[in-house]
Amino acid sequence: MKPFDYIRAGDASEAVDAAADGATIIAGGTNLLDLMKHEVMAPGRLVDITRLDLKRIEDMDGGLRIGALVTNSDLAADMRVRRSWPALAQALLAGASGQLRNKASTGGNLLQRTRCYYFYDTAMPCNKRAPGSGCGAIGGATRLHAILGGSDACIATHPSDMAVGLTMLGAEVEIMGQGGATRRVPLTEFYRLPGDTPHIETVLEPGELITAVILPPPAAGAQTYRKVRDRASYAFALVSVAARLRLEEGRIAEAALAFGGIAPRPWRDAAAEELLCGEQPSEALFVRAADTLLQGAEAQEGNAFKIPLLRRTLTATLSQLWKESSQ
Amino acid sequence: MTAHHKMDEPDRRNRLDAMAQGIVGVGMDRPDGPEKVSGRAVYAHDGQVKDMLHGVMVRATIAKGTLLGIDEEPVKALPGVRAVLHGPRFLRNPAQGAAGEAPVQGSAEIAYFGQPVALVVADTFEQARHGAQSLALRYDEAEATVAPGEAEAETPEDKQSATGDLDAAMRDAAFSVDRTYTTPPHNSAPMEPHAAIAEYRDGKFTVRASCQMVKYNLDELADSLGVDAADVHLLSPFVGGGFGSKLGISAEAVAAALAARELDRPVAVALSRPQVFEATMRRSETRQRFRLAADADGRLTGVGHEVLVSNLPGETFSEPATQATPFLYRGENRVIGHRIARVNRTCAGSVRAPGEAVGVTALEIAMDELAQAAGVDPVELRRRNIPEEDPSRGVPFSSHMLEAALDDGAERFGWSDRPKGGTRNGEWLIGCGMASSSRVNLLNDSAARVTMNRDGTALVETDMTDIGTGTYAILTQVAAEMLGLPPDRVETRLGDSDLPKGAGSGGSQGASSSASSVFLACERLRCEIAERAGCAEEALTLKDGHAISDNRQQPLAELLQEPLSAEGVIHPGDAESRVRQASFGAFFVEVGVSAVTGEARVRRMHGSFAAGRILNAKTARSQCLGGMTFGIGMALTEELMHDPRDGHIVNRDLAEYHVPVNADVPQLTVNLLEERDPWTNPVQAKGIGELAICGAGASIVNAIHDACGVRVRDLPATLDKILPGLPERAGREG
Repeated sequence: MKPFDYIRAGDASEAVDAAADGATIIAGGTNLLDLMKHEVMAPGRLVDITRLDLKRIEDMDGGLRIGALVTNSDLAADMRVRRSWPALAQALLAGASGQLRNKASTGGNLLQRTRCYYFYDTAMPCNKRAPGSGCGAIGGATRLHAILGGSDACIATHPSDMAVGLTMLGAEVEIMGQGGATRRVPLTEFYRLPGDTPHIETVLEPGELITAVILPPPAAGAQTYRKVRDRASYAFALVSVAARLRLEEGRIAEAALAFGGIAPRPWRDAAAEELLCGEQPSEALFVRAADTLLQGAEAQEGNAFKIPLLRRTLTATLSQLWKESSQ
Repeated sequence: MTAHHKMDEPDRRNRLDAMAQGIVGVGMDRPDGPEKVSGRAVYAHDGQVKDMLHGVMVRATIAKGTLLGIDEEPVKALPGVRAVLHGPRFLRNPAQGAAGEAPVQGSAEIAYFGQPVALVVADTFEQARHGAQSLALRYDEAEATVAPGEAEAETPEDKQSATGDLDAAMRDAAFSVDRTYTTPPHNSAPMEPHAAIAEYRDGKFTVRASCQMVKYNLDELADSLGVDAADVHLLSPFVGGGFGSKLGISAEAVAAALAARELDRPVAVALSRPQVFEATMRRSETRQRFRLAADADGRLTGVGHEVLVSNLPGETFSEPATQATPFLYRGENRVIGHRIARVNRTCAGSVRAPGEAVGVTALEIAMDELAQAAGVDPVELRRRNIPEEDPSRGVPFSSHMLEAALDDGAERFGWSDRPKGGTRNGEWLIGCGMASSSRVNLLNDSAARVTMNRDGTALVETDMTDIGTGTYAILTQVAAEMLGLPPDRVETRLGDSDLPKGAGSGGSQGASSSASSVFLACERLRCEIAERAGCAEEALTLKDGHAISDNRQQPLAELLQEPLSAEGVIHPGDAESRVRQASFGAFFVEVGVSAVTGEARVRRMHGSFAAGRILNAKTARSQCLGGMTFGIGMALTEELMHDPRDGHIVNRDLAEYHVPVNADVPQLTVNLLEERDPWTNPVQAKGIGELAICGAGASIVNAIHDACGVRVRDLPATLDKILPGLPERAGREG
């Protein structure tokens, strides 16, 4: 760990000023501290935001405003979330471990870094960690890696479960810049694809701070989050599916889908959703939606199984929601 | 007073059964338990020594080559950094188990990615770590061989054997199996990383380290340092798990000692979690071809087991995957083949039951395939193939409990009433499987001293270790039983090289060997007491602090004018060659396989085991629970992944190296069978530490086949290997 300065922000404007000055923001630190110990990240200055007033979950316009410092545990346990946005609670509880969820924050969860083995090992090339050094994963071990949205420079996946749930639910990120002005960015536009610049992961500008995540009003229909992984707990998703279906008179009126473990960001595919809408549900239809989603999927040797796995998982998840909606 | 005993003849006296207190065998709590759970037990790196410096190891980042130079100056200029050390005494890799001498040494020649080549020492741990991360190394890189399949393989003559004509047996067989099974590399992954604190004063080293076998480790450490063993004091009273990875002295202990001498200050060095993966021992991957030939009744006529394993150039150890094959089942035509590929990968050594863990697992999958081919129930197939005597050596078994374990396990699990394979529970396909378990039984030279004091207390002393297994408990129990004392009046001191040289923990022989030495010391003490009490030792009853003979009862204190001390030493003898000794068991398991995703999860698992006299029912059961849990990991999740280009270990932490977590482990049940095996040792205990992993994974893989029809021959059975065999459409739940 490289020596660093530490400051504690008394309010949000102090935090954004420090961040604009080059400080790295730390909240729960469940990911950043590990990365610093191994010098995968070596910030010269940390600004600690844990004293800021961002720990509340408030009703807002029929939805919720979730403070950036709300812990994953508290968010998963919130009765409103459990009742009206159950896929989010499921996604949160599918992630990490109880100890980590007690510490990890909502904003930090969105900004956690990839678990790519080559990103974590400083002896390996990694365009995300050391731009221009190359990608160690391509041609190497790729079990965790992307089949959609990757580039020649990077095939790392975003590891969050929560972000997949939020993406499906149409959440927005509330961001504060210098001077205290806030803007809102839909989560679908928050993450950037790697292209030639995999080290730039989000649309956050230097000096911007995530202050909240905004959930829109609850949507009708059945929803769920399904995570497929190598062991029963404490493993990142091989693939995950967040899905909501609303049926009307035997036809699909609305479909919302998001996917984890397969792309550099929580993946959403409007074409696959549109294909479902207006149709009578059937397994064959679900398979077609999966085929649409997987058009253009590019696999490495180590992650080719994700293509059939995602097809099957999506089909089964939609079948389950269809069944629930029909009861 | 020293009592020596060599195991040349069976010992049928059952002395422990004749004792009066009934302490041995019961599930007594560990005397060290409260210290451990309250954090008072001082593990290797817990010690706070005055003026202590911290060292962090630096690894090589090429797979093969020569270290040309180290840019020390920029690192020495960092705040707090005291020294950058490297050189000919640094260990390339840990010593192999029971080596008793230094392993290959020297920083200059690099044989694998991750080899520790230097140590940065600083005032604080953080400074040392930053210095280590900043140290630049210059290499002359050579072409490495990292894939075992592409490497040159040695075929050592003494590891090959053939009797009869296996080819003909295969040709004539009514049923046969000829399949190749592969297992991936594993890491021991103990919770406590390898760590040491070294001091150097007046020409003598004191090293607190995390060691499994102190008597060998002392010699290995001294040889590595180039000093006399008399000038090294090694302490290892508590060890947070070893699983083979701490059998031999490892790089951090030697580096800490070198630094302490160089800097004239105490130096602490702990491996980081990634370093534990890269720089300690891995279990070799294995490629195992099994040929099983059987007659129309499923009786084996031939068994062939040919394996390919790997290790670094020059290492003597090679994963003994065929170890149980020569004796587990009948068959007059036999082939054993063993090849070793020389690769530039992290050193291969003992990891959790070297040999049988992977060898019996592959055999037991092959047996399941044979049962299927022959249309014989898998339990019955094994029963039919239990040999009368060791079919390879032609000697009798000292005791054979496989059939008893099969029957007991089948009964307790409800094997005959098991759900039909493929039964649906929602999207989950249910299946059951079983497997035999076996592990060779070993005995090692072991010494202990027992001292009785006038205040009615006793002290047991040996350099034997307790690596979480329960040594403190069992040695306390044996001494208390033999000497007629309450266990809380007996103190056991372990893990100190100044004490009599015990067996050490490894190969499941530590409990029986060290307990035998304590038994012998106590027997000697009993003779002395009997003499003072005026009776024969056999007529003496010691109970509740009293000596009883001929209706006369005397407080022990009255018979002791001064502390009375005796040493007991057990030696292996002719019993090893006169009979075949092994522990046996059987696993029964029910799994669910998702018809959608191919995820396999264990739903329930039972093991019945026979391991001679059980010294402590609680710690023995815990050992079995641990072994079965390892079996779940081996079957479903554990795989050390090497990069195909430079062989470096990719998944170097517990987030990505998947040992089972609680959610992977259902309620496990264990039953321990009564057994007295007179050939083993005077206390008649047999190896139990590793028994419950040997074959455990096979029962799960066999259950997966029962559930969904997919036969996984390449472990672990991750979903990507099951998925292609599942029907295209999972079907709706219901």
